[in-house]
Amino acid sequence: MSETMTGAQMVVEALKDQGVDTIFGYPGGAVLPIYDALFQQNAIRHVLVRHEQGAVHAAEGYARSTGRAGVVLVTSGPGATNAVTGLTDAMLDSIPLVCITGQVPTHLIGSDAFQECDTVGITRHCTKHNYLVRQVEDLPRILHEAFYVAQHGRPGPVVIDIPKDVQFALGAYAGPANIEHKTYKPAFKGDLARIDEALSWIAAAKRPIFYTGGGVINSGPEAAALLRELVNMTGAPITSTLMGLGAYPASSPQWLGMLGMHGTYEANNAMHDCDLMIAIGARFDDRITGRIDAFSPGSRKIHIDIDPSSINKIVKVDLGIVGDCTQVLRDMVARWKERKLSCDPAALEKWWREIDHWRARKSLAYRPSNEVIKPQHAIQRLYELTRARDTYISTEVGQHQMWAAQHYHFEEPNRWMTSGGLGTMGYGLPAAIGAQMAHPDSLVIDIAGEASILMNIQELSTAVQFRLPVKIFILNNQYMGMVRQWQELLHGGRYSQSYSEALPDFVKLAEAYGCHGIRCADPASLDAAILEMIDTPKPVLLDCIVDREENCLPMIPSGKAHNEMILPDNETDLATAVDAAGKILV
Amino acid sequence: MMNAPAAPLSPYSSAPVASKIEVHTLSVLVDNEPGVLARVVGLFSGRGYNIESLTVAEVAHAEHLSRITIVTSGTPEMIEQIVHQLERLIPIHRVTDLTLRGGSIERELAMIKVAGRGEDRVEAMRLAEAFRARVVDATIESFVFELTGNAGKIDQFVDLMRPIGLVEVSRTGIAAMTRGPDAI
Ligand SMILES: Cc1cc2nc3c(=O)[nH]c(=O)nc-3n(C[C@H](O)[C@H](O)[C@H](O)COP(=O)(O)OP(=O)(O)OC[C@H]3O[C@@H](n4cnc5c(N)ncnc54)[C@H](O)[C@@H]3O)c2cc1C
Ligand SMILES: Cc1ncc(C[n+]2csc(CCOP(=O)(O)OP(=O)(O)O)c2C)c(N)n1
Ligand SMILES: [Mg+2]
Repeated sequence: MSETMTGAQMVVEALKDQGVDTIFGYPGGAVLPIYDALFQQNAIRHVLVRHEQGAVHAAEGYARSTGRAGVVLVTSGPGATNAVTGLTDAMLDSIPLVCITGQVPTHLIGSDAFQECDTVGITRHCTKHNYLVRQVEDLPRILHEAFYVAQHGRPGPVVIDIPKDVQFALGAYAGPANIEHKTYKPAFKGDLARIDEALSWIAAAKRPIFYTGGGVINSGPEAAALLRELVNMTGAPITSTLMGLGAYPASSPQWLGMLGMHGTYEANNAMHDCDLMIAIGARFDDRITGRIDAFSPGSRKIHIDIDPSSINKIVKVDLGIVGDCTQVLRDMVARWKERKLSCDPAALEKWWREIDHWRARKSLAYRPSNEVIKPQHAIQRLYELTRARDTYISTEVGQHQMWAAQHYHFEEPNRWMTSGGLGTMGYGLPAAIGAQMAHPDSLVIDIAGEASILMNIQELSTAVQFRLPVKIFILNNQYMGMVRQWQELLHGGRYSQSYSEALPDFVKLAEAYGCHGIRCADPASLDAAILEMIDTPKPVLLDCIVDREENCLPMIPSGKAHNEMILPDNETDLATAVDAAGKILV
Repeated sequence: MMNAPAAPLSPYSSAPVASKIEVHTLSVLVDNEPGVLARVVGLFSGRGYNIESLTVAEVAHAEHLSRITIVTSGTPEMIEQIVHQLERLIPIHRVTDLTLRGGSIERELAMIKVAGRGEDRVEAMRLAEAFRARVVDATIESFVFELTGNAGKIDQFVDLMRPIGLVEVSRTGIAAMTRGPDAI
């Protein structure tokens, strides 16, 4: 059945038909017709942010915590350009988004009209796909197609640029009937022969390790459940990337913690010394591999990924399986059982003894203090005091982000929202707002740094307006700590511009926005401060003053291999750890 | 004292193991919609791949299909990546590495303007005949030749015209197709 309506009404209809209940946006001249259509309905809630970057990160937080596409609505020109950082962030972290941008009327496109920018040109490289809608007849199809593309295959952001005259034009609306896309046909099911081959390799391995990533989270909770089943049946160790945390429970003894630059000693050594690596939904990022030529030199590698371009992109693998994690893992679990496979228990026992030896180094240890709050301790207390609750964690970018990844432990997928690929300071607060919109009764905490939080601090206003009781837990070290650490490591301790000068009084700032503000500098009152934060039923900012010069360890210095980590007990090596070649790496 | 700048080594993704550089011809079937060429070209510039030749034209009007032929160079691993990255573009139907398929036919058309009088004119005509170039424009002091062939043949002809009085060259870039009954 088709119904005649304006382009603006089609946007609202399509959102409803796609099951969208919440959108994040900011109005302006080129989207006024859509805002008018939104005004006249009640099915979709609109969250008014305070900066378009915040809208996109909020939509990311919504998407990551629900598994559904996040939706953004912004105006032309500056509205669109402000959204670019968020779109790029979603692109790198494979987050499904649909971002609708207003555009000047079609007859003015290309004339440098007021608030005109080449949105499809600008966003071509930071979206999975984008559309400029030239006529209202195309609009319904494009709207539904955008949701399909954003959420199928490897997820990503999609932009729909709609000129104002198209929003006013009348046309026939059609619902999402035919979801098959003409050209875009991602593979979902993995090749069974390859899956069987992979299982035989796993059963024959002496030192296997699972290396899993964000793709397992992207694939949905069933993928995480199947992953647990498979890993538990094999008895093999498992490590995850920053983006993959929560797919496998951190409390399991088979879990080695995060791997990579700030991963644990046991995870990185096990990756280095394994004889079989099973990579699932992970993309061999440079934070993981370190020096490519020294990356896990003695192993055969299996790689399961939905995007054929991820396979063999950085590391040459021995067996690639293209498919969706859920489908491939389902086949793996079924075939493992059917074939009654098992790993060699004697070999695994020997492997675990080696791993326990690495574990005994306690690479996440730090020197405790009664005088000053150690940032690691702050995260540990936050974890202990919130673990029994229904909690979602987001972060900003820097040392605090890594400490959160190391010391906050996740048992479930979709509970952890962080900017991994782009590393966008200012991500955490809006992402927390998005997650809180999706989970109004849950505890949502942004673990922040004092520098990062200032990048999107204006979103406190959004939290207050929409009564979102998000918590902002600032590890305030008065430094751009991650930058300071690199300057210590690589630039002779010359702390060029990395000191957080002229910081606001965060407690007063919170109060000015209508939030509750708390400051804590004493380890003895940390628990009470955290509990006050949790128990205050409104947005709360806790300014936790921590040790200023703590370094985030362990660390694989740039240009080094997995088995050349700096550990907390040899931290004195910091200044000499990196050679000239390593200095140019980021 | 300033630190000496570090030597410009290749960052993290390791100094690529110097594997052999190959030239491959890719055939890309796309939906002929606005911006599709920009997506393809932008992919190459954005990811630092080479384009040695590129041609594009609609090949099926009713179906809105265009065929892009790209000649690119890189290590075998890079070329595999290029194919997969092209496949990620939403309006793309199919990417075929014709070089991997082997034995494809490649042709290019060139127009070559040559000016001169007397003996040079005669020499130009003689060479054109040997290369089966057609004269598509002539004045008393110039010719425009049309030449079809593989890129090497055109290069060779252009080189021969240079001392005789080459004015300018316009080339279409390479169009390519597999041999035998099957489509790509
Ligand atoms: C300051 C800082 C430090 C960092 N340090 C570390 C570190 O120490 N350790 C670390 O791990 N990271 C670290 N990161 C993050 C790092 O930069 C990368 O973002 C991260 O490692 C990538 O995770 P991933 O490999 O899981 O890939 P993702 O970016 O999550 O990509 C997912 C992969 O899965 C595939 N995929 C998607 N959906 C599916 C599906 N349904 N089925 C199958 N496959 C699918 C995709 O094609 C892709 O290949 C750091 C980031 C910052 C900002
Ligand atoms: C938008 C943006 N600009 C710059 C950077 C580079 N950068 C990475 S971490 C960091 C410092 C973050 O400081 P803070 O938020 O205080 O966190 P800390 O490291 O101290 O925990 C900077 C500047 C970035 N990641 N994002
Ligand atoms: Mg800081």
